[in-house]
Amino acid sequence: MERAVHDRGGWPTDARIDRAEHELADWELLVDALVGALGRHGVMNVDELRRGIESMPPDEYERASYYERWLFSAETILVEKGVLAPGELDARVRG
Amino acid sequence: MTFRVGQRVRIAAREHAGHHRTPGYLKGKSGTVERVHAEFANPETRAYGGDGLPRERLYLVGFDQREVWPGYGGRAADRIYADVFEHWLEGQA
Amino acid sequence: MSDHDHEHDHPHEPITTAGEPPAAARARALDALLVEKGVISREDVRQGVDWLVSRSPADGARLVARAWVDPEFKDRLLEDARSAALELGLDPGPSPVVVAVENTGDVHHLVVCTLCSCYPRALLGPPPDWYKSLPYRSRAVSDPRGVLEEFGVELDGDVELRVLDSTADVRYLVIPCRPLGTEALAEDELAALVTRDSMIGVAVPAAPALA
Repeated sequence: MERAVHDRGGWPTDARIDRAEHELADWELLVDALVGALGRHGVMNVDELRRGIESMPPDEYERASYYERWLFSAETILVEKGVLAPGELDARVRG
Repeated sequence: MTFRVGQRVRIAAREHAGHHRTPGYLKGKSGTVERVHAEFANPETRAYGGDGLPRERLYLVGFDQREVWPGYGGRAADRIYADVFEHWLEGQA
Repeated sequence: MSDHDHEHDHPHEPITTAGEPPAAARARALDALLVEKGVISREDVRQGVDWLVSRSPADGARLVARAWVDPEFKDRLLEDARSAALELGLDPGPSPVVVAVENTGDVHHLVVCTLCSCYPRALLGPPPDWYKSLPYRSRAVSDPRGVLEEFGVELDGDVELRVLDSTADVRYLVIPCRPLGTEALAEDELAALVTRDSMIGVAVPAAPALA
């Protein structure tokens, strides 16, 4: 059976575990808090968050950091639900 | 609840295209119910805007690592456990 | 973050600090949009950040230390860790079920979430990067003894290794073994020995070095 990219248990790898740690950056705390707030307001639940993450193109998923995945998912789900217009976030980032 | 602690169960070897929380490495494997948890909303429908109801029983199922991984390099007694929803479990004699 | 007055009319470059990834500006833009649209409030976000930064392994360590000194508490912790945490005035987090599993001379536990990175962060703080990493998520289940070796943990003789894959909304916490030679320590001194990594299962607590 083919595995989705997020389904990593036993995924073939020789990679050693990089034990370096980093403190969460402000933007990461912000993403976490945004997702939490969306959850508390009933806009996006944790299962939708996970589903959104799992919908990332596999190579993007593997390259992205943890909170980059959350951000991708939040945008995907929010556009799907019509909270954001397609491209609205891009436009705001560009100013 | 359908399954009891100590009961042998098999994880369904099902393809499921959408969001689900049964890991691929356990599909088709047989194990033993270790704990019977509470009922939880079903993430498979909740992930798509559903309410996840009716709630479904969640079980902690334990497996012999040697039965999960061909050539498992650890000890014979090593085990692996995962939380699995009832509709993924098949009872075994 | 300061509010920005948009009465003047010129395009803005995304405001980025040197070294930040593009996601940083994107996150701030998303925040601005959601607050402007009234989907969430600034206060919501502030509360979320405050909660997350307030989380640390000290809470989990208190559960462990109490379990080490009080066998009846330990039984309650093993039965229902969420209630045991509430008993000590701790926040067990949003998961309706938290399970504490006990390491003994015969059994050692290791926790992972292969599908994403589920973790008892209310009691341990945010998970370390390695816990969320693809190699850990892959090998903690298929090569747990190799993973423990990388972390410098050697299990004795016939110790059974049990890996817990947090595949649903139950959160798992390891109660590590109380180190030998700690009989004279007070509960808060014991709590200081309990590391985050020992409550995940990639470390064992050590007794304080003898003078």
